[in-house]
Amino acid sequence: MFQTVLPYILSGISVGGQYALIAIGYTMVYGILRLINFAHGDVFMVAGILMVYITASGVPLYISIPLVLVLTALIGFVIERVAYKPLREAPRMSIMISAIGVSYTLQNLVLYITGGLNQQYPTVPWISESVTIFGATTKVVTLVTPVLTLVLVVLLVTLINHTKVGMAMRAVSKDFETSQLMGIRINSVISATFVIGSFLAAVGSVLYFTNYTTVIQTSGAMPGLKAFVAAVFGGIGSIPGAVVGAFIIGICENIIKGLDIILIKAGISSSMLGLTTFSDAFTFALLIVILVVKPTGLFGEKTTDKV
Amino acid sequence: MNQKRKLTPGAIATAVIVIAIYAAVFISEQFLPPTSMLFTVLKKGATYALVAVSMNLLNGFTGLFSLGQAGFMLIGAYIYAVLTIPVSQRAAVYQYYDGGIIQFALPVIPAILLAGLLAALCALLIGLPVLRLKSDYLAIATLGFAEIMRSIFQWDKLGPITNGSNMLRLFPTFNDFNIKNANGEVVVYLSTLIPFLIAGVCIFIIVLLIRSTYGRAFIAIRDDEVAAEAMGINLAHHKRLAFCISSFFAGVGGAMLAMYMNSVQAKSFTSAMTYEILLIVVIGGIGSVTGSCISSFLFVACSEWWLRFLDQKQVIGSFEVPLLRNGFRLVVFSIIIMIVVLFFRKGIMGDKELWDLFNKKKKKEGAKG
Repeated sequence: MFQTVLPYILSGISVGGQYALIAIGYTMVYGILRLINFAHGDVFMVAGILMVYITASGVPLYISIPLVLVLTALIGFVIERVAYKPLREAPRMSIMISAIGVSYTLQNLVLYITGGLNQQYPTVPWISESVTIFGATTKVVTLVTPVLTLVLVVLLVTLINHTKVGMAMRAVSKDFETSQLMGIRINSVISATFVIGSFLAAVGSVLYFTNYTTVIQTSGAMPGLKAFVAAVFGGIGSIPGAVVGAFIIGICENIIKGLDIILIKAGISSSMLGLTTFSDAFTFALLIVILVVKPTGLFGEKTTDKV
Repeated sequence: MNQKRKLTPGAIATAVIVIAIYAAVFISEQFLPPTSMLFTVLKKGATYALVAVSMNLLNGFTGLFSLGQAGFMLIGAYIYAVLTIPVSQRAAVYQYYDGGIIQFALPVIPAILLAGLLAALCALLIGLPVLRLKSDYLAIATLGFAEIMRSIFQWDKLGPITNGSNMLRLFPTFNDFNIKNANGEVVVYLSTLIPFLIAGVCIFIIVLLIRSTYGRAFIAIRDDEVAAEAMGINLAHHKRLAFCISSFFAGVGGAMLAMYMNSVQAKSFTSAMTYEILLIVVIGGIGSVTGSCISSFLFVACSEWWLRFLDQKQVIGSFEVPLLRNGFRLVVFSIIIMIVVLFFRKGIMGDKELWDLFNKKKKKEGAKG
């Protein structure tokens, strides 16, 4: 039984870590701007495409990976400046529509550049090697992801709790206008948020595409949505919440992928039920349940609406 | 109201314009070759116009930011297709499921109505929990609902009804509305007029609804929920009503999309489709039915027809224009959309309607007196 479930749990933890890295970007941006950054999943995808093209042009991996991380952070910065900053005073719905527009633009741009074909992701040595633990074969990336995720999260939480920029971020997410009056440079704080979010998404993309090996213009949409669900699940605005939510979603999703086989091995069912189809749907069902039962998520703060 | 309603000049002018458009569609269809791009654009445009107006009813008039449109269209398209495939063709369509379990076929109109009703029923059920949510939470929950629908309709175990992840086809399409003589030659072309008629009737009903007391209640909820509640509007009831009506017409729109595409497959109803419709609503102007209609035709024409030249190599004299290759059209298109979203936030019509343009003069006089 354990032998059957283990591979799914392992890949669940791995995918969960990758979702966590994306979810942090969502939760930080939402915490500050109250905006669902629909383009975040596409930034993640663009990081994958950049990696494909930079490596294909002959740049060695030890340069191309840092380069991709920096370029993706830059893209995040530019998107915020071009598409969200002009709408600072506009109703929230306008910014959200702008985010959807950016997502549409990024996807079409990548479609144009790649011609809509699957791009083979370059093999990153060491993390794409196979290892066997407890009799389950998997890639090294599966083991690296949770460790790397936790290290990055600890670093980020330290940054937020113990530096000046972090303090400014906390202040802005608490009260946008008052912190502006207190002399916090709102624009640079928001830019910093986008840079950090995009950087982490780029790290996530290196890990994610090492697992899935192909990139296409739509490959950011699903992980993006799921990472957002993870952020809501954990309580939007809370970084530990997003990480916990992402791991739970990653593991559940992968167990559902293998549920048919697990049920057969356990003797509960005798035929394939085709439950694999529901691995995506589960995430969203969980979202609706969470929103209805506990709208603030696991670790979220309660907010009250003022008239 | 004791006063008898008079026809305003705006209403008369609008009626004249609409009738002229219908006449133009009918006449051009008889004389232009049926393969012309114009008709593809008109058919798809009419479909998208209906869906965009239904989304506008929710997002623009009631202020509920819902992103579930693709899900309701999916339900509508499937119900229509499943109910109308002729019995003789079922064995061919459901080849992996022994011809499916449904062994009857309905005529087109009842099937379309059922498609809408079932979409509305689903909206009622999903609305009970999610309509309590506010703005972006509602958006993400409805988006999730659409994704769940997509999975359910692809489920292998439902195959005898939905054909699993395989395509549904061979049901009546727009082209079947053409009147043919005994030799199979087309006598009167109706394949573009019919979608126009369906969409027109539905949009007319939505306009009537918006101008009724219900519509005014929706607008009051959009403008200020707390104030509306204080004025005695039952929030939950009206939100549910708007959600169900919008989904009904999205379902009808889904059935029309099925007729346009000649086949239905769950995987094509992605969230990208909802985004497209939302962008149409925004370009047309949030809160304007006319705007949504105009922008659907513009949107479809640009993406399917007018910008096509950007996808091919163009040579002017001996100069080959750079950058032009497959997909460039979409890049240009998305940049245009971003410009509209960022700089022309009101869209084409703002919150004005066609008839407002003609009634303007009268209003000014009224203000003077």
